[in-house]
Amino acid sequence: MRPLGTTKTQTRMSNSTLLFIIAGIIFVLMYGFALISYPGSFMQFQTFFDLFNFNAALFIVTLGLCVVMIGGGIDISVGAVCGLVTMACAMLLESGTGGIWSALLLALGIGLAFGLMHGFLIAYLEIQPFIITLAGMFLAQGLLTTLHREPLNVTQPAFVALRNFTIEIPWLGTVNRRGIFIPCEIKPGVLVVVVLVILYAVLMKWSRFGRSVYAVGGDRESARMLGINVKKTIFLSYVICGLTAGISGFVFLMTTGAGNIGNGSLFEMKAIAANVMGGILLNGGVGNLLGAPIGTMTLLTINELIRAAGVQSNLQAIVSGLLLYLFIVLQSIIIALRTSKRFTLALPSWLKFQRTHD
Amino acid sequence: MKSDVILKMEGICKSFPGVRALHNVDFTLKKGEIHALMGENGAGKSTLIKIITGVYQKDAGQIYLEGKPVHFRSPQDAQNMGIGAVFQEIALCPNLTVAENIFIGRGRDNFVNWKKMNAKAAEMLDSLGIPASPTQELASCSIAVQQMIAIARAVDMDCKILILDEPTSSLDEDEVQKLFGLMRQLKDRGVGIIFITHFIDQVYEISDRITVLRNGELVGEYQASALPQIELIAKMMGKALSDVSAIKKQAARKSDDSVPVFEARGLTSAAGVRPFDFTIEKGEVNGFAGLLGSGRSESVRAIFAADKVTGGEVKVNGKRVKIRSPLDAMRQGIGYLPEDRKGDGIIEELSVRDNIILALQVLKGFFRPLSRKQAEELAEEFIEKLDIKAPSTNTPIKSLSGGNQQKVILARWLITQPTYLILDEPTRGIDVGTKVEIQKLVLKLAEAGMSLTFISSEIDEMLRVCSRLIVMKDREIVGELTGTDLTEQDVMHMIAQGGK
Amino acid sequence: MPRLKTRVSNLSHLFLPLSVLVILIIVNLVKGADYFKITVVNGAFYGNIPNMLFGASELVILSIGMTLVTAASRGQDISIGESGAISSAIFVQYVLRAGGDVTLWTILVGFLISCLAGIVIGAFNGTLVSFFNVQPMVATLILFLGGRSIAFIIDGKVSPILANEISNRIGTVIPGIPIQTPIILTAVFIVIVAVVLKTTNLRLYVETVGINPNAARLNGINPKKIIFLTFLIMGVCSAVAGFIAVNKAGRHDSVNLLKFIMMDAILAVALGGNSLGGGKFSITGSIIGAYTIEMLNRTLLRLEVNPEAIKVFKAVFIIVLMIVASPVVREYAKKVLDKVQGLIASGPSHHTSGLSQGERGE
Repeated sequence: MRPLGTTKTQTRMSNSTLLFIIAGIIFVLMYGFALISYPGSFMQFQTFFDLFNFNAALFIVTLGLCVVMIGGGIDISVGAVCGLVTMACAMLLESGTGGIWSALLLALGIGLAFGLMHGFLIAYLEIQPFIITLAGMFLAQGLLTTLHREPLNVTQPAFVALRNFTIEIPWLGTVNRRGIFIPCEIKPGVLVVVVLVILYAVLMKWSRFGRSVYAVGGDRESARMLGINVKKTIFLSYVICGLTAGISGFVFLMTTGAGNIGNGSLFEMKAIAANVMGGILLNGGVGNLLGAPIGTMTLLTINELIRAAGVQSNLQAIVSGLLLYLFIVLQSIIIALRTSKRFTLALPSWLKFQRTHD
Repeated sequence: MKSDVILKMEGICKSFPGVRALHNVDFTLKKGEIHALMGENGAGKSTLIKIITGVYQKDAGQIYLEGKPVHFRSPQDAQNMGIGAVFQEIALCPNLTVAENIFIGRGRDNFVNWKKMNAKAAEMLDSLGIPASPTQELASCSIAVQQMIAIARAVDMDCKILILDEPTSSLDEDEVQKLFGLMRQLKDRGVGIIFITHFIDQVYEISDRITVLRNGELVGEYQASALPQIELIAKMMGKALSDVSAIKKQAARKSDDSVPVFEARGLTSAAGVRPFDFTIEKGEVNGFAGLLGSGRSESVRAIFAADKVTGGEVKVNGKRVKIRSPLDAMRQGIGYLPEDRKGDGIIEELSVRDNIILALQVLKGFFRPLSRKQAEELAEEFIEKLDIKAPSTNTPIKSLSGGNQQKVILARWLITQPTYLILDEPTRGIDVGTKVEIQKLVLKLAEAGMSLTFISSEIDEMLRVCSRLIVMKDREIVGELTGTDLTEQDVMHMIAQGGK
Repeated sequence: MPRLKTRVSNLSHLFLPLSVLVILIIVNLVKGADYFKITVVNGAFYGNIPNMLFGASELVILSIGMTLVTAASRGQDISIGESGAISSAIFVQYVLRAGGDVTLWTILVGFLISCLAGIVIGAFNGTLVSFFNVQPMVATLILFLGGRSIAFIIDGKVSPILANEISNRIGTVIPGIPIQTPIILTAVFIVIVAVVLKTTNLRLYVETVGINPNAARLNGINPKKIIFLTFLIMGVCSAVAGFIAVNKAGRHDSVNLLKFIMMDAILAVALGGNSLGGGKFSITGSIIGAYTIEMLNRTLLRLEVNPEAIKVFKAVFIIVLMIVASPVVREYAKKVLDKVQGLIASGPSHHTSGLSQGERGE
């Protein structure tokens, strides 16, 4: 019999898994470091939850972008779409013609419209995604400024109620100086994040669509030969990304309660950075969807750390840039070490020779 | 009788910008037959099967599947109608697992049952004797294993028609036999198999009928048993082939000055070849023999420093030199035609001219570009010398056929006038005519004083060209064979015995 | 004749940007026939066209660098605006601290120092991309996020003012020369690039590396070095663009100087018919693309489009343009044209060919 066992040991972790594990370890290290350095703030569970409470929209944007990035594409319009949605929904709510549900529908509609446009142009007309989503970004920004230039606070009672609504976790919290127990609070936006993370993780791991996205990101031509509908897959990935950006806009509005030109600005860059930290490479085909929230958490922890350290506001950007730099270099070194090892590890025909011996 | 025909193609035409790939080609495939599709490179075989598999759309003509006219708009379409294919270039996704690569794009399930899929894949891999685990990432499998996986996928699809385009080019003898066994089984089940290969022996071993294409046109359809080999080759080339046997190498030369052109001691590289010694004399043609993966490519890559050199010393014309990068090697007058033409050789979008002058240009240096006129003249000179079929020097190399691409790369090195030229599988995947041309060229160059190393998967080809064979096994040199009357048996024997 | 034909086919990639340019000019002429009118103020030319050339200077220079980076590294540098802001901050600080009268010498040294800074920034990005194998967009994301803060720290305060006669002249006109200085500088830069391309193998190397880095290596080209080199060139381009921008503005606004210009530069590269996936490139195309973008901006202003909505029009314009340029659309249009021609030529008797063609359409 052929020594199958020898070949089975060859099984190694995929790049996706490896990068995901690195991302996880780095986050844990980062947070651990934060705990040790600033136990005052980071020891409180609320600080952890606030990462989500205040940045739910960023988490969501990152998720959508993650799907596109795994498929080997890019969507830089997500931040602008998010901003546009906040303003459009704010105007709808303020005009008094629509309630929360119609605002939500509007948010989904705007996101879907952008997603459909990007998807169609990129997948079926084969236009470079960067340029098309750049146009989408311009379009969303232009529409946003045309709609309303000034910040617009939503005063509609039902929405204000939703904005102020928080979920208390009775068994988790901190005792303040006066000895009063303050339970941790979660905003509804966080629930949206959790639901979407689970939904997307399932989608990418178990659905036919999700696996097709991986295949297309890995090798588009091969995916086509394997009978995958490449165009449809790419199309859907952008539609999902657009839709997610729409949802994120609504969640953003739920968090801040105001439409503003600056809403969601630079989200696309932050989301790309978060995804890279989460082990999702821009080349496509590599990455675990759960890396997206982990990367976002790492990014936010870094920011919190810098803030806690009391770094001058101008240095903050530099320090976070520097940390991103370290992170990227570390990732690339690990990947490089791995590839160079592969040459010496994979000796397929050498194994075959053993076979002819026995 | 009529129901016997499973696939019928009539008057198929297909053109690409500037090229007429297929013109009025008919093809029929019967149930339970193995049908070899033969032709030189550029004859249109690949185009024809890409039309059958829905990768390309035909310009004109009609396809009937079991008597019904059909039209394949995409590979999925073809797959759904029961056509499976294994392509020459492995069309699998490197970032997915082995099991996924077998099952993705098939079936209508919207969700993946990993457990079931892995179990099914494991069973299949085991029954076909493929040394891979279902959960392994495809990229971590060797090329041969990947090829077997592609075959496993096609076989498992329960198809009516199976297309195998050069499936054996990266398989060893053992695996080829396994594949043939599989093909016979499928044949008995009534599957129609279209088989494309450059190994003529394999055609006769397995196929029932042969269709020959030439220059995009149908030459004819024959019973394999009624078509002698020599006639088949003649039909493929469009002329009688008398010069194959005319090639005669000269006896191993021992030059008097006895300073080898190239000499290596204990050379080894990061690609994992064991330290080896190697010399080549002026005007000598030698070769590394051994099975695929025996380290023959890795050895020549180490000589050219194509992989990172990790040890050993090198002398060129008796002088010690340091060769750390391909550029160092080129400066010492060494040229290297890589095994993987598409991945390492051609610069796809660049013109034939730029592809020809590339190495010379690099040797001249960054600040000394050839003038347009010089480049043009050089390119035209070599296009004529090597009989490269290209519409113009401006044509992108990717639109040439494989054989012509190979000649362009050969021209790229000849133009630099190397003293030592390494040819790693220069004849792989190219047509018989060009093969013979290249073999002749090698001998001519050697006669003119160039030293060459020639590697080929076909041992008879190496025996025809090389005066000395270095036999490799398990990434190390196990012996050397010289003499004019070597036979394939001698080489096989040495590989099997490990040098004793 | 065949020579001429290949020449023409070599120019075919310029068809799109050129035709857009023509359309924009026609639109402008329709709006007002005085579009080409040039007035002379203080001995220098002003008017729509000179102003367009003036306004596009930085973008043109940056798009040249972007073309090279794109071709070799198959990705884009998104930190060019930031890198321009940093290098020009250094320039401004040098000039401000030089003391005494600002001479041409001071400016020149300051400029060279800022170019050096640009090279250092290019080396930073280039190291990440070529030696650490980081995708360009990710590698340059670092400076994109942190660069403006660095520029601000170099400035030391909000918007230091660059008030001297020479800077003013560099940013506007030199008395006695009728053409605005940035236009001349851009022209000089383009000429230098053209000379470099003519006298070196930069094009062959960059294209080879962009198309097939493995093959490039086996032919003696070090892909890492070439990619690194394109980032150095990009750094110089950013420094020159920053130099022009800061002299134009007369002060260094670290937040807004060359802000988001990478979007326009990448757009210019794409408009010029270059693939953003690397490989063969046309700098001429990118330059025309850059002027087209500037002209589009100015045309929208001239058409009195609401400034808030300019981006919307720009977006629509880009989308329409990319659709027209899309190979899929072109092929489809060609098929339809062929079919129409075929029908007209052969009439109804030969409808078999028409049928088979119809079947091909999806």
